[in-house]
Amino acid sequence: MASSGFQADVKALQKHLAARHLIYQHQHNKQMSCPAMAQLLSNTLYYKRFFPYYSFNVLGGLDNEGKGCVFTYDAVGSYEKVGYSSQGSGSTLIMPFLDNQLKSPSPLLLPAQDAVTPLAEAEAIDLVKTVFASASERDIYTGDKLEIVVINADGIRREYMDLRKD
Amino acid sequence: MALKQPENSLLGSESDSQRTLYPYVTGTSVAALKYKDGILMAADMGGSYGSTLRYKSVERMKPFGKHSLLGASGEISDFQEILHYLDELILYDNMWDDGNSLGPKEVHNYLTRVMYNRRNKFNPLWNSLVLGGVKNGNKYLGTVSMIGVNFEDNHVATGFGNHLARPILRQEWHENLSFEDGVKLLEKCMHVLLYRDRSAVNKLQIAKITKEGVTIHQPYSLKTYWEVSAFENPAQGAIGSW
Repeated sequence: MASSGFQADVKALQKHLAARHLIYQHQHNKQMSCPAMAQLLSNTLYYKRFFPYYSFNVLGGLDNEGKGCVFTYDAVGSYEKVGYSSQGSGSTLIMPFLDNQLKSPSPLLLPAQDAVTPLAEAEAIDLVKTVFASASERDIYTGDKLEIVVINADGIRREYMDLRKD
Repeated sequence: MALKQPENSLLGSESDSQRTLYPYVTGTSVAALKYKDGILMAADMGGSYGSTLRYKSVERMKPFGKHSLLGASGEISDFQEILHYLDELILYDNMWDDGNSLGPKEVHNYLTRVMYNRRNKFNPLWNSLVLGGVKNGNKYLGTVSMIGVNFEDNHVATGFGNHLARPILRQEWHENLSFEDGVKLLEKCMHVLLYRDRSAVNKLQIAKITKEGVTIHQPYSLKTYWEVSAFENPAQGAIGSW
């Protein structure tokens, strides 16, 4: 779960979900699937509809079949399963670029076409690095350092990259 | 006829008297860093009442528990209330009598929850806290703000210290600083704050916390230098209309 916005709300929200995930594991003796967590996050956010968590989230993970999924949220819990997304102050810079690179077809098409061109892991990581480096140029709040989390069948891995420090 | 509000409404002047709207007596920056043997923390002893330097012997750093040290900037009365909460926390911890004691990380988490929940009820504790400690040989240094923003790091500062002290610390801090070097680095930060922060006073304390325990040194003053040529005969060259 990646969150942008007010840090105290972000920490509180992530802590809340971590606690709920632990309870789920105690009750069901298994990890929560990404779609399950997606719904939980939405409900948690909407619970505070009239005093929101100032947190803009993107949830990524694996579904029950082991396929990757990405969910994108607003601060009060509206969410959607997408092929890719960005949130936060740099999102206006990042999202159009992602649309361009990942060839999202029109949502008006019938039958609905899968939104993402298939990407290899190395290509995806490179794209993420490019996108953040570009956003750091023009968005004053984006920069210093980037953390990339890679989730696949082998597990979870983290990578770090320095960004512009101004 | 006044609008009838439910008891717990946030509207109306009565509810204002129940919560903190703005601070009255405030302390300025606190700076702290990790060094070889533990944590070093520095704060001056000023308590300002708006623009008046009202109190000059305010201890803004207090030890509690076996191995923790709390420094605060902001509203002094709220700091005293936090100390009261912490006394109660430590008391209950001791009453368990189970050989376990709350470490600085746990206390930092507790304080974060307190500050965040007060903020959510629109009745904040108007402080920025620095929490340092050593437990089982592990050094811990964290900070919480009045709105609940919290993190831990190798060096932290509050208030003006964020703008003036942290750049110095980022440049010159390194692992395994000796006590003398750590004090020198903190003094460098306090010097800049003294020159540039109007609410700073030249009477500061340095506190040290190691696995042996907490020591808060006696207050002392920094040597300042004002013999800059621009300060000599400051009125010279000033053209007045009278």
